[in-house]
Amino acid sequence: MAASYPDDLKYHADHDWARVDGDSATLGITWYAQEQLGEVVFFDPPAVGTTLTKDQPYAEIESVKAVSDVVAPLSGEITEVNEGLSDSPENVNEDPYGDGWMVKIRLSDVSEVDDLMDASTYEGSLS
Amino acid sequence: MAAGAEALQRTPLHDRHVAAGARLVPFAGWEMPVQYAGIRAEHDAVRRHAGVFDVSHMGEIETTGPDAEAFLQRILSNDVAKLADGGAQYSVLCLQDGGVLDDLFSYRLGDRFLTVTNASNHASDLAWFRKHAEGFDVALTDRLHDLAMLAVQGPQAREIVEGVTEGELPKRFKTATLTVAGVEDVLVCGTGYTGEDGVELIIPAAGAPAVWDAVVAAGAAPAGLGARDTLRLEVCFHLYGNDLMTTRGPIEAGLGWCCKEDTSFVGADAVRAVREAGPAEKLVPFAVTGTGIARQGNPVVGGGEVTSGTMSPSLGYAIGMAYLPAERAVPGTPIEIDVRGKTRTAEVRSKPLYSKEN
Repeated sequence: MAASYPDDLKYHADHDWARVDGDSATLGITWYAQEQLGEVVFFDPPAVGTTLTKDQPYAEIESVKAVSDVVAPLSGEITEVNEGLSDSPENVNEDPYGDGWMVKIRLSDVSEVDDLMDASTYEGSLS
Repeated sequence: MAAGAEALQRTPLHDRHVAAGARLVPFAGWEMPVQYAGIRAEHDAVRRHAGVFDVSHMGEIETTGPDAEAFLQRILSNDVAKLADGGAQYSVLCLQDGGVLDDLFSYRLGDRFLTVTNASNHASDLAWFRKHAEGFDVALTDRLHDLAMLAVQGPQAREIVEGVTEGELPKRFKTATLTVAGVEDVLVCGTGYTGEDGVELIIPAAGAPAVWDAVVAAGAAPAGLGARDTLRLEVCFHLYGNDLMTTRGPIEAGLGWCCKEDTSFVGADAVRAVREAGPAEKLVPFAVTGTGIARQGNPVVGGGEVTSGTMSPSLGYAIGMAYLPAERAVPGTPIEIDVRGKTRTAEVRSKPLYSKEN
């Protein structure tokens, strides 16, 4: 699978993406992040209602070898978690921008979106 | 390249790892492949077909001289007198207080012995050997940089190695010095660390690339340290630095079978005392019964700690090993593990966690 960074997403330097829709957003980790992790074997989602703070860890993701924090690219409150990752954590590797999404949040400060990178800036930061 | 990477040692197969797309990581002062295609794919290759691991970071100490056997008998926990010519024997190296300094395989090769050390312990093992050699007529030689080591493991491993070897492969726990892939003086050992059949090859360093190329061409999948760890943990083989340490002894670790106190090895009195009194804690395998993955260092609720933990590729659930208070170190006992603040449920199991019959 080749690296990809869709143009319709916003990116955080800790290798997270956000798909912003008005005052809500869907969050996940980038192709680069899943490639670095290797095969994802466990994602432990926080509960609906949990408050996320931009730049702070909000969940843990585990590969065979190691545990990594997932960092919030934006602040807000969780409205939905991807329950499908319990049975199919490999979706994070196979479809990081689709079935591999992690949580949906209601944004507490929409202006934070301006701090995120667009796809070409993020991709440029990786080299 | 990470800072300080220039200080890392490289095995003779470094170019092969780069060409094979390995992810190289620092490990005990070496730059080693943690994975190529992916840990799960490599793990499965070893369980179903065959894989080849570069373990050239492991050290070798050669012991020769008239007192070689008597000297090794003094420091190794097993009964070295019972090690036959061409044979392999597992033992631990103990401190005077019984703490484990290393676990090692020794091979008797005519009038000399070769002892394989863990990479992280090689320098301290060598110093320990030298310190205790006083009064014995022995010569100790550090062979770490002369010798490369490959492990070819899996149900098809022997067939693959046989196809490129002149002569007959040794049986399990035996050795033979053979020509492999045109490389002379390869010590072929019927040993391994995966729970699969296979051999380990101790090779004059310059010959390692030819042997690697031949076994890869014959179908062995390059496999990294990541898969080596999941494979060994499924069959409950100890990893020094995780499951073995200077602060616990071999009886606690379940290695009493390779300790022969009557040989009066260094630490024998302490080991005997623990064996007779019964250990306060024991190393046991466990399976996580709910969600989550327990990892090294996670405390067990009510006492004890996890020393190894991973998601088992062959079993499909999280497994590990933990030291538990002896009264709870019984298969079937439910335990709770504090995994970074979350309580995960698990159950003590018996060894091995994985076997072919599963």
